[in-house]
Amino acid sequence: MQPGAQSRFTDHGSPIIRTNSSNEFAPGASEWPDDISRREFLRLAGASLALAGFGACTKQPIETIVPYVKQPEEIVPGKPLRFASATTLNGYAQGLVVTSREGRPIKIEGNPDHPASLGATTIWAQADLLELYDPDRAQAVMRGENISTWNDFLREIDSTLQAQRSGGGAGIRILTEAITSPTLISQLQSIQQRFPNSKCIQWQPIAPEIAVAETVYDLTKARVIVALDSDFLFMGPAALRYARDFSRARRVRDPASAAMNRLYVAEPTPTITGSNADHRIAAAARDMLGIARQIATRIASRQRSSILKGETKYDSWIQAAAEDLLANRGASIAIAGQTQTPEVHELVAEINRQLGNEAVGARIAKLPSRPVNQLDDLRQLVQEMGQGKVELLIILGGNPVYNAPADIEFASALRNVKTSVHHTLHADETSRICHWVIPAAHFLETWSDVRAFDGAVSIVQPLIEPLYANISTHEIIAALVEQPVRSAYEIVREFWRERNQTAQFDIEWRRALSDGILQNPSWNTSSEGAEESVAATTTLSPASSEKPSQLEILFRADACVLDGRYANNSWLQELPRPFTKLTWENAALISPELAAREKIDNGEVVELIFRGRKLKAPVWIQPGQAENSITLHLGYGRTEVGRVGKDCGFNAYTLRTSEALWFGDGLTIQKTGQKHSFATTQHHHTMEGRDFLRTGTLAEFRADAKRVAHSQEGPARDETLYDPNEYQNRGYAWGMVVDLGACIGCSACTIACQAENNIPAVGKQQVALGREMHWIRVDTYRSGNIDNPQFNHQPVPCMHCERAPCELVCPVGATVHDDEGINVQVYNRCIGTRYCSNNCPYKVRRFNFLELNAGLSATEKLAKNPNVTVRSRGVMEKCTYCIQRIEAARIEAELENRSIRDGEVVPACAQVCPAEAIIFGNIHDPNSRVSKLKRLPTNYGMLAELNTRPRTTYLAKLRNPNPALVISEQRSVNGEQHERT
Amino acid sequence: MRDSFSNKEFELFMAQLFSPRANVYSRVILLGIVILFCGAGWATSTVFWSPYTTYVGVPFDQPVPFSHKHHVSDDGIDCRFCHTSVEKSAFAGMPSTQTCMTCHSQIFSDAPVLAPVRESLSTNTPLKWNRVYDLPDYVYFNHSIHIAKGIGCSTCHGRIDQMPLTWRANTLYMKWCLDCHRQPQKYVRPRDKLYDMTWRSPRTSSTQGAKLVAQYHIDTTGRLTNCSVCHR
Amino acid sequence: MNALDRSLITDHRSPALSPLGYPTKLLTGEQTFESVNKTIGSIVLQGRQPRSWWVGFIIAFTLLMIFFLAVSWLLIRGIGIWGVNIPVAWGFAIVNFVWWIGIGHAGTFISAILLLLFQHWRTSINRLTESMTLFAVACAGLFPLLHLGRPWVFYWLFPYPDTMGVWPQFRSPLVWDIFAVGTYFTISLLFWFLGLLPDLATVRDRARRNWQKKFYGVLALGWRNSATHWQRHQIAYLLLAGLATPLVLSVHSVVSLDFAVAQLPGWHSTIFPPYFVAGAVYSGFAMVLNIVIPVRKIYRLQDLITLRHLNNMANVMLATGLIVSYGYFIEAFMAWYSGDIFDQYMMTNRAFGPYGWMFWALMFFNVLVPQTLWSARVRRNPLTLFFVALSVNIGMWLERFVIVITSLHRDFVPSAWGTFFPTVWDWATLFGSVGLFLTLLFLFMRFLPMIAISESRKLVAEPQKAITP
Repeated sequence: MQPGAQSRFTDHGSPIIRTNSSNEFAPGASEWPDDISRREFLRLAGASLALAGFGACTKQPIETIVPYVKQPEEIVPGKPLRFASATTLNGYAQGLVVTSREGRPIKIEGNPDHPASLGATTIWAQADLLELYDPDRAQAVMRGENISTWNDFLREIDSTLQAQRSGGGAGIRILTEAITSPTLISQLQSIQQRFPNSKCIQWQPIAPEIAVAETVYDLTKARVIVALDSDFLFMGPAALRYARDFSRARRVRDPASAAMNRLYVAEPTPTITGSNADHRIAAAARDMLGIARQIATRIASRQRSSILKGETKYDSWIQAAAEDLLANRGASIAIAGQTQTPEVHELVAEINRQLGNEAVGARIAKLPSRPVNQLDDLRQLVQEMGQGKVELLIILGGNPVYNAPADIEFASALRNVKTSVHHTLHADETSRICHWVIPAAHFLETWSDVRAFDGAVSIVQPLIEPLYANISTHEIIAALVEQPVRSAYEIVREFWRERNQTAQFDIEWRRALSDGILQNPSWNTSSEGAEESVAATTTLSPASSEKPSQLEILFRADACVLDGRYANNSWLQELPRPFTKLTWENAALISPELAAREKIDNGEVVELIFRGRKLKAPVWIQPGQAENSITLHLGYGRTEVGRVGKDCGFNAYTLRTSEALWFGDGLTIQKTGQKHSFATTQHHHTMEGRDFLRTGTLAEFRADAKRVAHSQEGPARDETLYDPNEYQNRGYAWGMVVDLGACIGCSACTIACQAENNIPAVGKQQVALGREMHWIRVDTYRSGNIDNPQFNHQPVPCMHCERAPCELVCPVGATVHDDEGINVQVYNRCIGTRYCSNNCPYKVRRFNFLELNAGLSATEKLAKNPNVTVRSRGVMEKCTYCIQRIEAARIEAELENRSIRDGEVVPACAQVCPAEAIIFGNIHDPNSRVSKLKRLPTNYGMLAELNTRPRTTYLAKLRNPNPALVISEQRSVNGEQHERT
Repeated sequence: MRDSFSNKEFELFMAQLFSPRANVYSRVILLGIVILFCGAGWATSTVFWSPYTTYVGVPFDQPVPFSHKHHVSDDGIDCRFCHTSVEKSAFAGMPSTQTCMTCHSQIFSDAPVLAPVRESLSTNTPLKWNRVYDLPDYVYFNHSIHIAKGIGCSTCHGRIDQMPLTWRANTLYMKWCLDCHRQPQKYVRPRDKLYDMTWRSPRTSSTQGAKLVAQYHIDTTGRLTNCSVCHR
Repeated sequence: MNALDRSLITDHRSPALSPLGYPTKLLTGEQTFESVNKTIGSIVLQGRQPRSWWVGFIIAFTLLMIFFLAVSWLLIRGIGIWGVNIPVAWGFAIVNFVWWIGIGHAGTFISAILLLLFQHWRTSINRLTESMTLFAVACAGLFPLLHLGRPWVFYWLFPYPDTMGVWPQFRSPLVWDIFAVGTYFTISLLFWFLGLLPDLATVRDRARRNWQKKFYGVLALGWRNSATHWQRHQIAYLLLAGLATPLVLSVHSVVSLDFAVAQLPGWHSTIFPPYFVAGAVYSGFAMVLNIVIPVRKIYRLQDLITLRHLNNMANVMLATGLIVSYGYFIEAFMAWYSGDIFDQYMMTNRAFGPYGWMFWALMFFNVLVPQTLWSARVRRNPLTLFFVALSVNIGMWLERFVIVITSLHRDFVPSAWGTFFPTVWDWATLFGSVGLFLTLLFLFMRFLPMIAISESRKLVAEPQKAITP
């Protein structure tokens, strides 16, 4: 038995242990309250024994109904309202449409009109809702340990500023994260005018540092893409757009006219992008330079057929990539990741130039916000702080004490600042040291504006009054230059008013608000400060492939909590990381070869020594990891954080220095002999020769489309004891298709479903016990050899079988079919025998083993979707195809006396999907998108041979390998893999 | 005394342990057990169907003794004047304090019973009415669709126009809902009768009902009794 | 080896053997009506119980208290206190349920079937086994209710006119269970009590203390040993036997359908009903032996419960044990023969997966150890027999564990595979239920005649029946 399991075996069960580890639990998770006293226990025991039988014989309590005093016109009680707004990712806009019920935001969706969203959202945008209602948010203006007020703050600031006037504000420093808000930028500029000697600095630990961020690609035009250490499909402000374009360019329907782009990826650690590659090599980050050089030389020397031999083991890959690039001049792209050195970016830019890919890799005007080099600025700032030159430091967001490079002693320097102010959403490590903590307003609480990756501007409009004494960024900056401080609304609106004096302004302003994006180009100010040079002089460690056996350390933003800003978000904490399926913590990812070489077992704690700094971390053996690279994910080991993020993982920033921000050589590891048990949602990563995830190549598809899905016919419809045509003859018949070819495996569907359907997070301990609640999970299987396997993702919701095995074993009929073929789960009828789950071959049912909604704070309750029942203890639940959305659409349609249109009902998972991989609709309508897809030859039902007749079917995943490489790559059917349970 | 004596007797010759009455007792007890079981069942069902549990016919106390009787019968105010969203939303809508004051700023403007209303407006704190019709949270009822499909107010709310204080006219038990969802033709009305308190389903068979059901496109295939129609 | 054990081995009367090598007499020693009445009746009537009774009772009662603790905590917190999860949604509760139900099979088997087959050796043990059956089924009956997520609405399982206008889902085996177990318990109870009547009367008449007279008097329902009483009694007894016989087969068949109906590899198998029934009788007899052997020693009943009885029960165990082993073999064979990859994987995983050691333990306890019963020496040595029976009881519990958990933990989709680890509360509930069982048993032995007096008297009256070649 695996050690983690062992410890679970022993330490589980006793309430005491649960209380000790209760801080592992998310709010809304199964919090075990403090030890209940003996007396109370006996009381409860008596009561529960006595009432066990009569639980249901309780009288309904009388509730009250509270009308408005003055009812707002736009509000029709019981009807949702939708507002366009925008959130930010690394400072860039993600357009949103936010749903509000009776004045409280309950769901975040993408804005179809927004270039960075196209209707999809990232997992972080989904989770922003929980941030808003997080009870651990900073709630009051704090002066040191004492609660203070906004006015006190203004008074003190005022006096400080008076003192600063003389020196032209030489002592004033403003530290922000990456910002693109035109209003905020102009505000900062006005401060510069008022205090010429003041300075604004930016620090974004995981933001792009160099040119790559300003390069925008049009993947729709690219036939060949070569990515070097770049996760462009998942990370970064344009990821949604790229994912959409990429998957569209790979979508094949008709064998005759089937065409597909081809993706080559070289990366040191598995990423979403890498798992979608047609050809992937696991190469150390330091080798990227060499690889880029070789490709460049091959391109330069135009020699298509020349075979340059034996330089690196990646030869064949490089050769193939270069040739493909040459073969597709002007329709190919080379991309380098933000983690790569300037040299690599230069080379990549050169490659694109050589191939005439400017048309594809178009460069847009540089955004004004970005300083030349964040690092140097930060270093200088800390220097000045240390020397006590800084009188007033205002930190807008961010958490530099936690995430500044370890060699830049930010914390100690901060103590020398006369007046330090932290404007933040959560009280964190930085707030702890600052004199003033100003609770920031969430973007759903205040007005602002923000730019998308391509420069498009959105107005951020609030949906709810600040829950606490929250102050907007604009207001706190305004406090430095104006008295009295205008409201954020006035500040933002007047900023744009100046730019459009015409009478049209009000109309266009309102349009901008309803569209969620400023249409009027004349407003676009993206040319500001375009003259700033881009080529950053960064101080990344020079790439050196001389010592291949030497260990390399990699720092990466965590796939869920990013740089740590989402550490207190239970949805993101519990969202399984791609590939590892880890939850609630990070790990040191090492390759199987390295593990074998060093005889390290999974879950073993090792000490990492990197340039004199030490850190203990548990090891996760990750196939697909470059042999000598060890990946550490940032954002964990937070010390000043809410109840959710406490004691999760280790803090990789302690090893991250300014000369090795993303990777560096010279890492050594030592075994400590300690063991650590992880909480993962998928323990077994190979398919055991079973075929529910079917893949093929474009060539095979062209040759014989049917063979790809090799959908051996399931049993005939009439092979059943019941009416074979049950649910066949109704108006609507709901069905779903999951296009594995499109799915990139970002698991946005999982978190969108969680938000829509009031699915609780259960906490690490419960996940470890196998009790996670996600209704749709993303399975990741690997095939091929274990050093560089091929990864395939498969989202698995309820299949809504027409012959649902779960239904006939439920003794009370709590899970039954409705006439439209949906397998409904009736919570209020369920008595919790769990027989249905046992009989479900897909294991998509989830059970409330404990009361998971007991510990909810007042604010968390606001986040619940009023259209979905909040499930109590002892009840089974599962995917319902978002029945509440179907019923809403139905009522809408019937009120208008029409039938539901195709695409009118969109489940949360389908709505959020950036790759459009999930399609839902009425399969009785032969022209609906879903029926068209179900007619495709690649359509197959998972485990259809059991005669379950799943309504959710899959389209086989197609890849487009380079024939030249296929021969060279030896693929064993299933990589060896010991199970971790 | 007698007992102890009989004990001594027993030492000598086997005497009867039990008096002949014992037989009677035993029979009574046996019968009693049967009655007890039936009685228990009967009692439970009566309690569950009694106003004690169902609140049927029990007038609710309200902060303001609002009389539908007065407002509907005497003043002839239409339901939709106060319950504005009944045709467009799941929630029929409760009149805001302002709505009340539109009239009561003029009439009964200083009636003591309306003090809470005036106070609500002045202090801008909403009135708290006691819910008369209260469904469990796992039941999703939508007023607009019922109106659209020809179910009138009084079908569920009874003769609200004759209620000085509002009470529940029906149990709201699932059985009661299903009664209509199983055979809507018994309850649907012509559009113009929806807000007619006096409307009664015509005794003369349900031909009209059937006609209306067809006209309103009400699903008669049984979909209306699907769990998903009300539970989500 | 303590004194008790030693005396168990060297039984103080050397039994007369039949040509076949069996001890012939069902009653040894010089038995008269009076001696029978006295030996059995006095246990109940004389106030003081042997020390071993007290020791046993106190242990049992402690376990019972632990059971209450575990159940209370369960009702307060929910079944999350157990190790169950997704995919292993059924854990100890179901394992224990099936185990107890199985144990509850010997009683009716012995009472009903052997009665109809004129097997007179049943007489001295039928009372004990019937009581054991009742208590076992009582324990079993608790688990399906306790394992519910919302036990307070258990009554939704019964068909009754509710305010929702809905009925149970009769296609579900769990609903069949309710009826099967309910019927079985009722019939067993009636059967048991009917058999008790004449003995209660006997005890009543021999009682000295007034409360005893009243107590047994009431229970005896005025039985007066009249010919009419006896005639009606016998008819009713036979009728009930007739009713109970099919139940012996039906109950565990229905229980087995809980699994066979599901299409889970390792559950979805047509052999389950017969194989479960055999297993039930198997474990039932094992439990009888585990109880009878100490009891006959403690209460000096070796003359009434003779080696012949032990020997016969051992034979039944051997037979049913072989059937069960055959079941194991067929399961494995079918998995291989079906050619179904899921079934094949299930079987390999059962034997060599994470729970493999349990499978092999099961094979040892349930298949290997009982083979010793081929030897008459083992069969007729109470001590060895006791341990064989014990191993069978453990083995049968393991069997249920293997069927329930190893089948569930790895079914169709590898991504959803998981593992089950029992918690403190799982164990508490298991041993707690044993406590409940034993407590009831001890009270029974203290207050009711544990051997059918009247029937034993019959054997005294017709000695030829008591001697079987």
